[in-house]
Amino acid sequence: MERTRIIADGNTAAASVAYRCSELCSIYPITPSSPMAETADEWATAKRHNIWGDIPTVIEMQSEGGAAGALHGALQGGALTTTFTASQGLLLMIPNMYKIAGELTSTVFHVAARSLAAQGLSIFGDHQDVMACRQTGFAMLCSATVQECHDLALVSHAATLQSRVPFMHFFEGFRTSHELNVLETVSDDDIRQFITDDLVHAHRERALSPAHPFIRGTAQNPDIHFQAREAANQYYEKVPGVVQSLFDQFAELTGRQYHLVDYYGDPQAESVIVCMGSGAKTVQHTIDHLNKQGHKLGVVIVRLYRPFPAAEIVAAIPETARTVAVLDRTKEPGSEGEPLFLDVMSALSQAVSRGTRSRMPIISGGRYGISSKEFTAGMVAGIVAELELDQPRPHFTIGIDDDVTHLSLPFSDLDIEDPETLRAVFFGMGSDGTVGANKNTIKILGSDPGTYAQGYFEYDSRKSGSRTTSHLRFGPHPIESPYLVSQAEFIGVHNFNILESIDVLTMAHEGTTVLINAPYDATELWDHLPDSMQRQIIDKKINLWTIDALPVARKVGLRNRTNTILQTCFFAISGVLPRDEAIKRIKDSIQKTYGKKSQKIVEMNHAAVDASLEHLQQVTVPDQVTSTHGLIPPVTADAPQFVRDVTSKMIEGLGNTLPVSAVPDDGTYPAGTTKFEQRTLSDLIAEWDPSECIQCGNCAFVCPHGVIRAKYYPQSALEGAPAGFPTATLNAAGLPESNYTLQVVPDQCTGCGLCVETCPVRPTAHPDRKAINLVEHLDKTAQRRNEAFFETLPVNDRSRVDFASVRGTQFLQPLFEFSGACAGCGETPYVKLVSQLFGDRAEVANATGCSSIYGGNLPTTPWGKNADGRGPAWSNSLFEDNAEFGLGMRLAADVQTKLAKVRLGQLSEGLNPELVDGLLNAPQLTEHDLQSQQERVHTLQAILADMEQTPQVRDLASVADHLLRRSVWIIGGDGWAYDIGSGGVDHVLASGRDVNVLVLDTEVYSNTGGQASKSTPMGAVAKFATSGKPTAKKDLAMQAIAYGSVYVARVAFGADPQQTLRAFREAEAYPGPSIIIAYSHCIAHGYDLKNGLDQQYKAVHCGHWPLMRFNPVLAEEGLNPFLLDSPRPDISWREYTKLELRYKMLAKSNPEAAEKFLDLDQRTVERRWTEYEEMATRSADRFTFDARTSEFAAGSSRS
Amino acid sequence: MSVDLSTKYLGLDLRSPLVASAGPIQQNLDGVRALADSGVGAIVMYSLFEEQVRHEEARQAELELEYMDSFAESLSFFPTVQSNEGGITAEYLAHLEASVKAVDIPVIASLNGATNGGWVETAHRMQDAGAAGIECNIYMVPGDLATTGAEVEERHVEIVSAMREAVDIPVSVKLSPFFSAPGNMIARLDSAGADGLVLFNRFLQPDIDPEKLEVVPGVWLSTPTDARVPLTWIATLSGRVKASLAATSGVETADDVLKYLLAGADVVMTTSALVRHGASYAASLLSGVSEWLERKGLTLEQARGLLAVPSDASSSEYERNGYVAALEKAKATYGA
Repeated sequence: MERTRIIADGNTAAASVAYRCSELCSIYPITPSSPMAETADEWATAKRHNIWGDIPTVIEMQSEGGAAGALHGALQGGALTTTFTASQGLLLMIPNMYKIAGELTSTVFHVAARSLAAQGLSIFGDHQDVMACRQTGFAMLCSATVQECHDLALVSHAATLQSRVPFMHFFEGFRTSHELNVLETVSDDDIRQFITDDLVHAHRERALSPAHPFIRGTAQNPDIHFQAREAANQYYEKVPGVVQSLFDQFAELTGRQYHLVDYYGDPQAESVIVCMGSGAKTVQHTIDHLNKQGHKLGVVIVRLYRPFPAAEIVAAIPETARTVAVLDRTKEPGSEGEPLFLDVMSALSQAVSRGTRSRMPIISGGRYGISSKEFTAGMVAGIVAELELDQPRPHFTIGIDDDVTHLSLPFSDLDIEDPETLRAVFFGMGSDGTVGANKNTIKILGSDPGTYAQGYFEYDSRKSGSRTTSHLRFGPHPIESPYLVSQAEFIGVHNFNILESIDVLTMAHEGTTVLINAPYDATELWDHLPDSMQRQIIDKKINLWTIDALPVARKVGLRNRTNTILQTCFFAISGVLPRDEAIKRIKDSIQKTYGKKSQKIVEMNHAAVDASLEHLQQVTVPDQVTSTHGLIPPVTADAPQFVRDVTSKMIEGLGNTLPVSAVPDDGTYPAGTTKFEQRTLSDLIAEWDPSECIQCGNCAFVCPHGVIRAKYYPQSALEGAPAGFPTATLNAAGLPESNYTLQVVPDQCTGCGLCVETCPVRPTAHPDRKAINLVEHLDKTAQRRNEAFFETLPVNDRSRVDFASVRGTQFLQPLFEFSGACAGCGETPYVKLVSQLFGDRAEVANATGCSSIYGGNLPTTPWGKNADGRGPAWSNSLFEDNAEFGLGMRLAADVQTKLAKVRLGQLSEGLNPELVDGLLNAPQLTEHDLQSQQERVHTLQAILADMEQTPQVRDLASVADHLLRRSVWIIGGDGWAYDIGSGGVDHVLASGRDVNVLVLDTEVYSNTGGQASKSTPMGAVAKFATSGKPTAKKDLAMQAIAYGSVYVARVAFGADPQQTLRAFREAEAYPGPSIIIAYSHCIAHGYDLKNGLDQQYKAVHCGHWPLMRFNPVLAEEGLNPFLLDSPRPDISWREYTKLELRYKMLAKSNPEAAEKFLDLDQRTVERRWTEYEEMATRSADRFTFDARTSEFAAGSSRS
Repeated sequence: MSVDLSTKYLGLDLRSPLVASAGPIQQNLDGVRALADSGVGAIVMYSLFEEQVRHEEARQAELELEYMDSFAESLSFFPTVQSNEGGITAEYLAHLEASVKAVDIPVIASLNGATNGGWVETAHRMQDAGAAGIECNIYMVPGDLATTGAEVEERHVEIVSAMREAVDIPVSVKLSPFFSAPGNMIARLDSAGADGLVLFNRFLQPDIDPEKLEVVPGVWLSTPTDARVPLTWIATLSGRVKASLAATSGVETADDVLKYLLAGADVVMTTSALVRHGASYAASLLSGVSEWLERKGLTLEQARGLLAVPSDASSSEYERNGYVAALEKAKATYGA
């Protein structure tokens, strides 16, 4: 690779060097570092070479712990090995980091630094993870820009080989890892000057070899362990010198000079800020601005953090400095200060106390930028103002309003940006391609030698109806503004619904150009804008343009992809390039982007470019506000106080304005808040046809979003119903004069179409329709009115509902609703079913992944509660420990149930003996049993409340609810169950405890973007299995069956919902561990999810997903516990897989291998079917004996 | 067997006049070898549907793009496939190349499309992969009611001309019989440079299932009655066009092969019989032809075109005679 100027993000910049300097990459995907590993894997697949002309091996492990272990072994084996990680993943590597450092082993970890999960998980950037490793013995080098990610990566790889101290090279997650900017790359020859053969050979010579055997990794005693730790000191002492000399060598080669510590500002500065990471750039530019106004300021930019360059820091801070603020992008509760602050304080104290420095400045420690919190010029100015006080406070925070402990500094907006930089902001929806087009725009403009470009992209956390905001800058000077655009010269609103819910013009200044993609003509647009927007357009003299891009896109065949059209309009209006030149460059870029994939896509996009300009219209802005409507309120009027005061701000994008006091201090949030969020997801929504419906309940069962509700009610309840309220006579026996309504929640329906696909009805007169159909409703007034009335109808009595049939479940209230999962999600129907069947007594442990994101990502969450205020209690611990976390819930429940029984026994004399007997001994299996027990518990609680509050009475009251059997659910995806949490799942299943494990099996890491797991089928293409996964999918069911004591089911609701229902009920009723492996179709399979149910059916019918149950209860009765629930395969593997991109991709890249896999997979499913069939015909005594059977008979949790 | 069955088709020397037409048996190498072993003179590969390829590639690209750059944690869901080689086209070409190497008889590629967009490039690549010729399978069902017959005809001629210019190997055309004046259409294609004419394509027409109230794809194997239309036109065109004539549809027995040869076909193509009875059935068809020739004491060349419309006769008159004869026969049979 030669030196070249490209547009890249920080991840690519770092990976480019790491890949070329390594023989092996041992990785595990984790946000925001995953793209580094994925890029390395793609390069390896494309046979790109490292500097020695070899193709590095990229191996995906089962966890970061595993990745670190393999890396450690590879290093001991002498291979040049690297890894890419972040956050919790880095934490899992810590034990190996100590070993690697202790053994003075050369390696580099590239870390996209990210928050750690504390009161809540965050995927965003700060230094919490890397600071948790500062004690491991790794050297730490910090990059502040995309260019530094590249340059310092090389210095890290060279320094570790020279010094033998392992290096952690880090930069901020998202802010730097995902920022696009201009990058000058180094060539292979450049790298070879640093990574010399001598260094490589020395590394190899230190490796284990039977040719010259030695032992490393001994167990040491008190006599020498201490000395041995100290023996490494000399290596650490040399690191700063090694790094600086490499910096100097690098400067000679490239002209880019770095130092361990850089000072910038007034040499006689009175106030100095010490900072590390991208924020240092903001400080640098702000100080520049303020010094011109007469301030005397400086900034110390720290690059090498470990070993800590104390002398260089002390030397960098001018003696004139009266005040110093040390900024940390991390938080250590309970500490005297954060790490960098303490280190600087220590260095200065040492210097002053030993007389090498004359004056001790006043030092303050400040926290900023936690979890990608913005750090702006205004905030730097706020810090400066504090430092210029006589007595700046010792500790502060900046960027938030801390109205509780009052640590936060005030700040206001300050725009210091280069006036020659054009700033543009684009609001889009996830599926419209806005971000992709903007990335292209940056590449188009940034490819000019005289132009610099920067792009940063924000995404919201929903997977359906997600909003994106693109922040772009272009200009003639390098762009080092690591913060969002706050004032823009161009604002593009690519989806009209966005401007109805948020104020998109806060970033507009006078004369800003605004382009709105609207379903209206230029003459009609004005009247549809909210009043506040009209006011700003007039006041700020906005230059307003519009286009109705959707019809243009559809006309050229691009469906809803409006990105190219809007990109063309941006170029045309903004004038960043002459029009003809712009069009040529866009077209070239389209050819480059799509040409290798599909010429037809190129042609359609070219046609879109040509058609765009003729539809672009300038809007004549009236001089008066005429609109009578404002923004749509973020939440409904009936929302609880917290939702109205706090949640609503987050929804509006104003969460940054919430003070500390508004936010829960321990991560506890109210349940069931999605229903209060006012949003419209789709114009195409499900509509029920009462006249044709057979009331089977299939549509409600499969609805991933919980928007299809059914109720039956006496006909008299229809009094007051709005005109046209859809209703039909209930067709179930035994309930005369009852009616039935299937209600769709119109604003939460995503229009995914699964309900239509599953509907068995095909009206004779309309064979193209079903009893539920997708219908376009731009105006949903009538639907909303009907829904409001439907809500007033009573929820059906659970004890009168047939839990055993799909038809019955439609009347059970979902306590998991409107989750924000992808439209047509294949996981959420199972999750919803758990909530319907067991929700009012369920405790849920949820592994990190898709289900924890759609299940627990703020601002609003879907796990709800019923009219009695009961509902699933949900929590997420980590990715790797979810099974154990859930087991802990079970153990706690059992402990408290036992306590409740003991206390009840102790207090029984004063209580009704029948009540006590019922509470202690009544069965709790059927819904009727459970309802009776619930009533007994209520009775007991009422009695206890009236009794004298003795310690025993209060004790019993505190645990009385545990007399009702808790249903513990352990939920997660295949990445958790098959890989990172596999050991935990195994142990928990072996524990014999009454837990229910639900594996939402998408056969791939879905949440992090399609990496292969051990569940990925053989031959499927996924990240890290680009050539098709070479090994077979793990048979998790058979592993669990091996214990003999675990209830096991494999289900697919799209193939047999009744079997799914049966398995869930049996698993929950089984008084021991249960595991349900649930086929979950997913966008990562690569097809239109409206075919999800068909694909489930085919998965089952080709034998890939044989439906089965293994019920140890049957073995106890002497029956065969293994039940095969699906028919013998009657379609081929080819027929099943032909629709899915994950299989088709291989046919494209390697048709021969694809054919080979097709054959192997076919034979695999046939072989397994034969085995299963044989098992289904065995006698009970041929399965593992359940040794705990007798224990269950006397078990405590059930009686 | 001593009877010489060698034949010229598209200028190629074939060992027999029976050609395996585009069908499912050729989809794997074993099938290709089995066909060669059974004695066929040439193999026409299954059709590469150009439009389908373009559509499929576009759909695949759309699926890759669908959820890209939508979520912070997952900016994409699939690895980037670096190579632009691949897809149905590459798969086809790889199989074509392997087939050419696997057998010692000519392998003719088949390209199916309705526009002349991407044909030329693909035709080049077929030639590079070793195809002995290209059968241009023009399969066009114009649903657009505004398209005139003249426009449809013109498009046929354009496609053939473009193909003829694109490659050096012979080009044949397989076309539908549904023209107002098929003879004239065929003559124009002949003039446009077609090296062979394959009569005729059968549209796969949809069917309806009244019970399920569903439209179902109509795929069925041909029967001997399907041979009448091609037989008529082979007989009519024999000796009147420069291009080789291939007959296809309705071959079940050796007699069916002979009928076409007698009508003047250079080669006779079959898929249905081979699908029904297996690739080796070609050998029994050929031995039937040999036996007949021996029995009649004719060489293949003598038999070919024996019952064609004489080149000096007015073909419409000949057809009229045949038509009257058919009516007479119907009267005699059914007493009408």
